[in-house]
Amino acid sequence: MEKEKQILFAGFGGQGVLSMGQFLTHAAMEVGKNVSWVPSYGAEMRGGTANCLVTIADDEISSPLTEHPLMAVIMNRPSLDKFEDKIQPNGTVVLNSSLVDRKPVREDLTVLEVPVNELAEEIGNPRGANMILLGAYLEKTALVETQQVLGFFEEIFKGKKQAVIDKNKEAFLVGVAYAKKEWL
Amino acid sequence: MPKVLMKGNEALAEGAIIAGCRGFFGYPITPSSEIAEYMARKLPKLNGVFVQAESELAAINMVYGGASTGQRVMTASSGPGISLKQEGISFIAEAELPCLIVNISRGGPGLGGIQPAQSDYFQATRGGGHGDYRTMVLAPSSVQEMMDFAVTGFELADKYRSPVMIMAEGTLGQMMEPIIMREPVTKLPEKPWAVTGCRGRKPNIINTLHLSAEYLEERNHHLQNKYTSMALNEKRAESFQTEDAELVVVAFGLMARIVKKAVMEARQQGVKVGMIRPITLWPFPDEAIRQAVNSAKRFLAVEISMGQMIEDIRLAVAGRAPVEFYGRIGITPNPEEIYQEIMRIAQREGY
Amino acid sequence: MKVIARRPESLTEAKFHYCPGCTHGIIHRLIGECLDELNLRENAIGICPVGCAVLAYEYFNCDMLEAAHGRAPAIATAIKRLQPNNTVFTYQGDGDLASIGMGEIVHASLRGEKITVVFVNNAIYGMTGGQMAPTTLLGQVTTTSPYGRNKDFEGYPAKMAELLSQNEGSAYICRTAVNNPANVIKTKKAIKKALQIQQQGLGFTMVEILSTCPTNWGLSPLDALDWVEEKMIPYYPLGEFKVKED
Repeated sequence: MEKEKQILFAGFGGQGVLSMGQFLTHAAMEVGKNVSWVPSYGAEMRGGTANCLVTIADDEISSPLTEHPLMAVIMNRPSLDKFEDKIQPNGTVVLNSSLVDRKPVREDLTVLEVPVNELAEEIGNPRGANMILLGAYLEKTALVETQQVLGFFEEIFKGKKQAVIDKNKEAFLVGVAYAKKEWL
Repeated sequence: MPKVLMKGNEALAEGAIIAGCRGFFGYPITPSSEIAEYMARKLPKLNGVFVQAESELAAINMVYGGASTGQRVMTASSGPGISLKQEGISFIAEAELPCLIVNISRGGPGLGGIQPAQSDYFQATRGGGHGDYRTMVLAPSSVQEMMDFAVTGFELADKYRSPVMIMAEGTLGQMMEPIIMREPVTKLPEKPWAVTGCRGRKPNIINTLHLSAEYLEERNHHLQNKYTSMALNEKRAESFQTEDAELVVVAFGLMARIVKKAVMEARQQGVKVGMIRPITLWPFPDEAIRQAVNSAKRFLAVEISMGQMIEDIRLAVAGRAPVEFYGRIGITPNPEEIYQEIMRIAQREGY
Repeated sequence: MKVIARRPESLTEAKFHYCPGCTHGIIHRLIGECLDELNLRENAIGICPVGCAVLAYEYFNCDMLEAAHGRAPAIATAIKRLQPNNTVFTYQGDGDLASIGMGEIVHASLRGEKITVVFVNNAIYGMTGGQMAPTTLLGQVTTTSPYGRNKDFEGYPAKMAELLSQNEGSAYICRTAVNNPANVIKTKKAIKKALQIQQQGLGFTMVEILSTCPTNWGLSPLDALDWVEEKMIPYYPLGEFKVKED
């Protein structure tokens, strides 16, 4: 069961939270993992926060749900307030520090901060914020090797225009570079 | 075939297409609408028919008409919409029209909410509409099964000339998992009773009116014989580590997978606990329960409702063991919560 | 011996159950004659209502369905869409079509479903014993409007032909009556025209037919025919309301 990892993605609706989770799910499937993606739907969608839970496992996934994810990718302050207590002991939280104006209270968590919105502004792609965060996150955690992920963009974004795919890839690489510079 | 990442609702819709379904008639309702949206995109390209009906009443009667032609047709909805469809389902059952009815279920009563629930169990398994009839009910627990059961559902519907329901919690419709695609079904059964125009034969009549009391009773016996045959042949369940289990947890749908994880963790703590997952909710797999009652001292029903399937478990157990209940509504209990409940019972009872 | 009149092939040998003086029988026969003359019997699929014509599946000698109350247009929609080469007709009374089935009929018309609706308007519920219909006239006494239909309480009678003729999807909407030989002939022409327009695929077609209910009106058959002329036709004018040319 140690080989099963559950990651929560949370933020405002419109921040690409659900698609970030879907992207990781798809990439992990491509490298042969068992995966599941469960969105919150319903009241929470309307109340402002969107979230989804990704499970990546070597074995068959029994429960795609959990109260206590191993890691949380947090795109806004209300999501940190809501989920900080839920993360597993000694878990990891990845924060969009452009929007989350406080540090986690818990001291057992590994905290990774990325000023996502500023980085997105720098490359003139404000909608790429989620891919920047994902790039940094995957470079650091190697849930799926970022080199491999780069090869999956065409498949995952199948049907999208090449320009869109390139913009997403560019944003992802900005995140990768940030992680290399700041965390490694 | 390579794996494809799909949403449960889309996998179910694709499964129906694979089964040869060429008619979809529905009315939008969360959390089932992706099925209609998928069909609206796909069916016109396959010379199929998609109609967004003006109401659930119209939708189910379009299914009645569509199934009368002998073609594989379906509808999909959620709680409040399924309630509206009950009149039509009763007619379809008596007219013996094979079709697939999907309930991507949410919490009630009334408008309730759009979060996942299993509280339409009574409605699904007891008939739902007026008169003595049953609808076979399949409960998938994964996105793969959403696809597979659509195919199975159409096969069973044709085998028994009966409506078949798939009931899945909203979460199963909304979540994504990789699935292995299936080969399209190419050979569909002959339906000489269908209304296609009477060229070269006597007219066919699809009818549910029986003014003679004697004939009405005869028709009801005919239906009951069919339901008896379904109960003999079609009960399905998955048993997990029940052989030596002192406590057996019973759950269906996605809920069963969550229970399975809790069972595995409790086993690691040395608790002799197992799980039974009914796959057909009607006919209810009571033999699986009866078999377990030989070793099990206690049962625990876990449902996303206030306790509905527990009545079928109690009927199967027939007083030979206590049956406890753990349930929530709109909120799917998580594995940690079920694990706690199992450990609480195990400690209390000394298992 | 020369045969000068016989039962249309599109009707079965079954005896009608209708009351003396009721005009359902005439309308059945007209449909049967039209199906025969257009050579459609083996191609036709009919859907009967809940109401006095609930047993019509025993009378038409073609593939037939019996529908839930008011839902015939929904059933017809699916059959026609899945089997566009069939000729599909519904046979509906006023309660079935204009009350409980108002949603189905309006939307079938809006969608331009290529079906033919034969709408029998006799201003009363027959089968259930003379209750008020959506087409019951103002002042008309029924068992559920015992003091006469009052606009302040029961509202106004539904003019379905006028209503449905407003819809773009309607290709042919006509109102006729069967209270005298001339009107019977006109009614047959209208049914035939509706079936032909369905075959041309131009859209939704409906013939509303003013019919009698001597039993529940409390009139003799002959007086009932006069009542159609004197009471119904002034409120429900006859004629073609919509004819879509191809």
